[in-house]
Amino acid sequence: MPKKPPTDRHSPFRRKLLLGTAALSATAMLAPSKLFAQAFPTAKVNTTGLAVTDTEVTVGILHSVTGTMAISETGSVEAEKLAIEQINAQGGVLGRKIKFIQEDGASDWPTFAEKAKKLLVNDKCAAVMGCWTSASRKAVLPVFEQYNGMLYYPTFYEGLEQSKNVIYTGQEATQQIIAGLDWVEKEKSAKTFYLLGSDYIWPRTSNKIARKHIEGHLKGCKVVGEEYFPLGHTQFNSVINKIKLTKPDVIYAIIVGGSNVAFYKQLKAAGIDLSKQTLLTISVTEDEIDGIGGENIAGAYACMKYFQSLDNPNNKAFVPAFKKMWGEKTVIGDVTQAAYLGPWLWKLTAEKAGSFDIDKIAAASPGVEFKGAPEGYVRIHENHHLWSKTRVGRAKLDGQYELVYETANLVEPDPFPKGYQ
Amino acid sequence: MLFGYSFGDLGSILVMQGFAGLILFSVFVLMALGLAIIFGQMGVINMAHGEFMILGAYMTFLSSHLFQTYLPSFFGIYFFVAMIVAFLVSGAAGLATEWLLIRHLYRRPLDTLLATWGLSLIMQQAFRTIFGAREVGVELPSWMMGSLNVSSSIEVQINGLFVMALTLMITGAVALLMFKSRWGLQVRAVVNNRVMSGAVGIDTRRIDRLTFGLGCGIAGVAGSAFTMIGSTSPSAGQLYIVDTFLVVVFGGAQSLLGTIASALAISQSQSTLEFFTSGSNAKVTTLLIVIGLLMLRPQGLFVLKVRK
Repeated sequence: MPKKPPTDRHSPFRRKLLLGTAALSATAMLAPSKLFAQAFPTAKVNTTGLAVTDTEVTVGILHSVTGTMAISETGSVEAEKLAIEQINAQGGVLGRKIKFIQEDGASDWPTFAEKAKKLLVNDKCAAVMGCWTSASRKAVLPVFEQYNGMLYYPTFYEGLEQSKNVIYTGQEATQQIIAGLDWVEKEKSAKTFYLLGSDYIWPRTSNKIARKHIEGHLKGCKVVGEEYFPLGHTQFNSVINKIKLTKPDVIYAIIVGGSNVAFYKQLKAAGIDLSKQTLLTISVTEDEIDGIGGENIAGAYACMKYFQSLDNPNNKAFVPAFKKMWGEKTVIGDVTQAAYLGPWLWKLTAEKAGSFDIDKIAAASPGVEFKGAPEGYVRIHENHHLWSKTRVGRAKLDGQYELVYETANLVEPDPFPKGYQ
Repeated sequence: MLFGYSFGDLGSILVMQGFAGLILFSVFVLMALGLAIIFGQMGVINMAHGEFMILGAYMTFLSSHLFQTYLPSFFGIYFFVAMIVAFLVSGAAGLATEWLLIRHLYRRPLDTLLATWGLSLIMQQAFRTIFGAREVGVELPSWMMGSLNVSSSIEVQINGLFVMALTLMITGAVALLMFKSRWGLQVRAVVNNRVMSGAVGIDTRRIDRLTFGLGCGIAGVAGSAFTMIGSTSPSAGQLYIVDTFLVVVFGGAQSLLGTIASALAISQSQSTLEFFTSGSNAKVTTLLIVIGLLMLRPQGLFVLKVRK
């Protein structure tokens, strides 16, 4: 039996008093919020015993802030906190302020599952923003399905998954790969491709899709090499020699983590000039360039949906707000932006559904659009992924990308692409 | 034609792959030297070796910043200063570790494994707190980047040459210290027979402390040099530790010569296999070969006779 919402313990008078104080403090700027709260009584918006009171709604943040993955997940945590702060400044969700409980997945997948269970069962979070690697998502998925929670997952990933309990705010593989390959084939007249990747599910699945597309859909194009390296590999001289000998038109690189730094430094040291040799990556965001060094990767192309340098009004407000909160020197990569979408999409969905109930949120999600997205505009698809544009940027010396191409229309998410598996 | 390459290409492959193998060899020696000294001479398994390397890398990062801010005209040579700083700081940290932690555990060698592992976790989290969880980029002076063109298809990387020269220098210095100095004589005596060395008046505790400090200092220099080829982040030390142990164990724990020979064997087989198969396969095959050889010869390639 679901636990009663905590407010029911208080007397009606106390409750009114609370409401009154809340309203008082917020009279001027948050008038709509007060109206919202009256229009959406707790008993109505929360029928399943989530942590929702008359003034507050609790969500969880579940990322690694210690261990190897902290390097990547820090940006996501920062973005989610910014979004929550901004939503609260605008009056919250259905008249309630968002309170967050943060848990540390510690770069360890069983820990992720355990913390996910804690957030859902003990804390009764109405939504959880979290996970980064596919491994951590796979670890928490059964927990979210069993205890009926809602996860907003920010990372671009390999696809082949769809769940009622997850909203995927990053790109699935085809959204990130196909438009980029089409562009490089057309723009650079590329015929030969050398595929590289770290040795785990995301690069392998992505390269499989890339190979199918190159061999099956691009005329006269072929793959001249495909290679994988253990995570954390730091010596790339042998493969760089092979690249020098096969002279591919395009190096297609999906190398992750610390290996990235080693790869680009050694590529440059070996005299491969990225202003002449086309290199297209889907794994290096502005975050990674911080470690690689702009001078080592300048000239490379990346296929993403967001770059910090995007020129649109939403992004022009987002970037300064982010820097104000987290420091002038922080950079914002693709995943950080996708993480920022999570709390907003959840807020918009809750308002559309008029409820925090998980089942209603899940059902109301398709069709929800977020016009304030830093990447421009996104909309949730029936399959719980996002419609978004694919963009190609070119790395500059200062570590930023310069936009060189974007698809004219939103690209449909297709987590189970036919003919690519 | 062979493997799909022309003979001219194959010639260049041979040269460039040989060179790639040599760079890997230098990297392995540099990584393993500090560990080999500590493990070999003292029997202490230092799981925090990688973190001492990263400490050196962060010192390099700090030096590059200081030089950029205060002495921009000397930026071209900051790397040499950085390496000295890295050696001193990591060495000092090593001395402190020995004094605080290791010396209490000499009678329990397996506990040093656990203690230094704990230390490595503490150091990683300390780096994360001080320098942030994200990777830091260490900027290099421009003369250290790029490559020399020997012929149209053969290029030699400058930072590769730099690492090789550094390895040669440090190995030479350690060899001199071990085999020509009075201190080295004492170290070798302690390794051979600790009780007897103490009896003839060698201060074994002081020898232990200095050995540990030296080992950690060399790790710091290695870390400093690796900013040229790898990443600097709180947990990057973990990337190196497995290869390092592999080299030391395969070489035979108490022999410096063994360390060098095993580094050569592992690096050459790895880089050759990597060329003809792929990165992951090369690693698997190398590990299988090493495991096979260790089953036949558990004591490693070279063994020093030790009186127990």
